[in-house]
Amino acid sequence: MNKHQSYWKANLRLMAICLSIWFVVSFLFGIILVEPLNNFHLGGYKLGFWFAQQGSIYTFVALVFFYSHRMNKLDKEFGVHEDEEK
Amino acid sequence: MDELKLYTYIAVFGTFGLYFAIAWWARAGSTSEFYVAGGGVHPILNGMAIGADWMSAASFISMAGLIAFLGYGGSVFLMGWTGGYVLLAMLLAPYLRKYGKFTVPEFIGDRYYSNIARVVAVACLIIASLTYVIGQMKGVGVAFSRFLEVDYGLGLGIGMFVVWVYAVLGGMKGITYTQIAQYCVLIFAYTVPAVFISLHLTGVPIPQIGLGSTLADGSGMYLLDKLDLVVTDLGFKEYTTAKLGSTLNMFMYTLSLMIGTAGLPHVIMRFFTVPSVKGARSSAGWALIFIAALYTVAPAVGAMARLNLMNTIQPSATETLEYEQRPQWFKNWETTGLLKYEDKNGDGKIQYVADKEKNEMVKVDRDIMVLANPEIANLPNWVIALVAAGGLAAALSTAAGLLLAIASSISHDLLKGVFRPEITERTELTASRIAMTVSILIAGYLGLNPPGFAAGTVALAFGLAASSIFPALMMGIFAKSIGSKAAVLGMLAGIGITLLYIFQHEGIMFIKGTSFLGDMARNWFFGIDPKAFGAVGAMVNFTVAFAVSRIINERPPEDIQRMIEDIRIPSGSSAAATGH
Repeated sequence: MNKHQSYWKANLRLMAICLSIWFVVSFLFGIILVEPLNNFHLGGYKLGFWFAQQGSIYTFVALVFFYSHRMNKLDKEFGVHEDEEK
Repeated sequence: MDELKLYTYIAVFGTFGLYFAIAWWARAGSTSEFYVAGGGVHPILNGMAIGADWMSAASFISMAGLIAFLGYGGSVFLMGWTGGYVLLAMLLAPYLRKYGKFTVPEFIGDRYYSNIARVVAVACLIIASLTYVIGQMKGVGVAFSRFLEVDYGLGLGIGMFVVWVYAVLGGMKGITYTQIAQYCVLIFAYTVPAVFISLHLTGVPIPQIGLGSTLADGSGMYLLDKLDLVVTDLGFKEYTTAKLGSTLNMFMYTLSLMIGTAGLPHVIMRFFTVPSVKGARSSAGWALIFIAALYTVAPAVGAMARLNLMNTIQPSATETLEYEQRPQWFKNWETTGLLKYEDKNGDGKIQYVADKEKNEMVKVDRDIMVLANPEIANLPNWVIALVAAGGLAAALSTAAGLLLAIASSISHDLLKGVFRPEITERTELTASRIAMTVSILIAGYLGLNPPGFAAGTVALAFGLAASSIFPALMMGIFAKSIGSKAAVLGMLAGIGITLLYIFQHEGIMFIKGTSFLGDMARNWFFGIDPKAFGAVGAMVNFTVAFAVSRIINERPPEDIQRMIEDIRIPSGSSAAATGH
C-alpha cells in the first residue's frame, strides 16, 4: 500500500470516529433516547432536551475543530501538506 | 416622527451606507474575483461570511418562533441546520477546495465527464436557489413594511437595489466583505434582546444558561418547568417533550435538513474562497461557531418569548386579561394582522387556550416571537430598531449568496462551460453581471407576486439539495467506481422520488388539487413529512447509482481516477487553482 493510500485510510478512520460521535449526540441522545435521558437533569434542563437543543450543537463545533486539527497533523505525518500558504 | 421610527431609520440606512462603502472598496476586476473573491479570504472571515450567507430571514425572524410553538419538536431545525456543517467539513469542503474551481456544477460535470450531469446539477441549483431567494425577498419587504411603514413593494425595491449594487459591482468579493459586516449586525441584533430578556426573567445574562436556570420572581422554580406547567394548564402540549410527529419523523427530518444543508450550493461555494485545504477545514469550524452563536440562543429566545406571551395574556387557566386592558404592543401588532382576537363568549376577556372552540387568540403569528419580543419584554426603542436592521442584514446577505450561485451557474456552467466555450474572460464577466441583474429582477418579481408554491419552497430547496447534489458530490469524492451513467441515473431517481412525494402532498408545483395519486393520507410513507423526505431521496440516489454501476460494469476513465486520487490529498492545491 503506498503512502497516499495509507493517508486516505487514516483519514477515513478519523472520519468514522467523528461521525459516530456526531450520530450519538444528535440522533441517539437527542431523538432516539430522549425519553430515558429526560429522567436526568442538567440544571433546569431535562438531559435529552438539552442534547437536542444545546449539547449536540456544542459537540458539533468541537468535532469540526478536532477533525481539522488531527487532519493537519496527518497531512504533515504523511508528507502531503500544502506548501506555505500564499 | 417618533423616537422609535427615527432610531429605526438610523439603524437601517446606516447599515445600508456601510454596505455601499464596502461594495465600492471591494470591486471585482476578474472572473476569479467575481466567482471566488480571488481565493484569498482568511478562514475566520470566511466563517463569518458563511454564517451570514447561511442564516436567512427565516433563521433570524422565524426560527425562534417555530421553536416557541413546537417546543422540543423544534429541535429538528437546531440539530439539522448545524449538524450539516459537520458533514460539510469532513465529507465535502476540503476536497472541493482542493479541486479548486469556481462552481458546484463544474465539479459534477468534470468528475462525471458529462455535460448532462453538469446541466442536471445546474437545473437543481437554479430551482433550489430561486425558491430560497423568494423567501429572502419577502423577508425584506416585510421588514420594511412593519418597521418603517413603507409600502411592501417599495421596501422590496429598495432591498433589490442594495443587493444589486454590491453583488453586481463586487461579485463574490463584494458579497464576502458585506456578508462579514452583515454577520456582525445580525448577531448583535439577535443577542442584545436575548440578553435583556434572559436577565429580566432569570437574572442570568447568558441566554443559554438562563434557559436552564430558575426564575427571578422569587418562586425558585426552573424556567422550563414553569413553562411546561403554564402551557399544559391551558391544554397545550408539554413544551419540553412535545414531539414533531413520530420519533422516526424527527429522525428523518433532522437527517434531511443536515444533508440538505451540506448540499446547498451557495454555502459550498463559499469554501472555494479560502486559500488552502487547511483553510477550508478550519473555515467550516469557524462558520459553525458563528452559526452556533445564534442557534444556541434561539431556543432560549423561543422559550422565554412563549413564557412572556403567556404571562401577559393568560398566566393560568383561571387568570384572564380584560381585552380593554391589553398592552400597547398587543394593539400595535393587531394592526399588522399578525395577532387577532375574537371574543367568542362575549365576556370581554381574552381566553388563550389549546381548545380550538374556546380559544379567542385566533391568530398568533409565530414571527412576532422575534419581531415583537423586545416590546413584549419592555425593552428600549433602540433595541427594537436593531431588530429591524438585523432582519434586513440576514435577508440581504443570504439573497446575495443565492443570486451569485445562480448567476455563476448560468455564466460559467451553461454559457462558458457548455454552449459558448470560446468566449473571453471579459465577456464571461459581463455575462455574469447581466445574469445577476436578471436574477435579481426575477427574484424581485417573484417576491412581489409570490407564486402559490412559495409556502412549500423550503421543502423543495432542501429536498433537491439533499437528494441530488449531496449524493453526487459525496460519491464523486469517495466512490471511485461511480461513472457518469450511474451518477446521472442516481440523481434523476433521487430528484424524481423526492418531487413525487412533495408534489403528491402539495399538488404539482404546489398547485392545489393536482395530486396525481388521488387522495392519500398525509405523510403516508411511514408517517414521514414531505419536508423530511430529502433523506429518503438521497438513499434512493445512492442505491440506484451503485446498482447501475454494478450492472453495467462502468468504470470511469484513467484520468478521472487520477483526478480523484489528487483531490484526496491536500498538497499541490495552488497548482490546481492556477490550472484554470
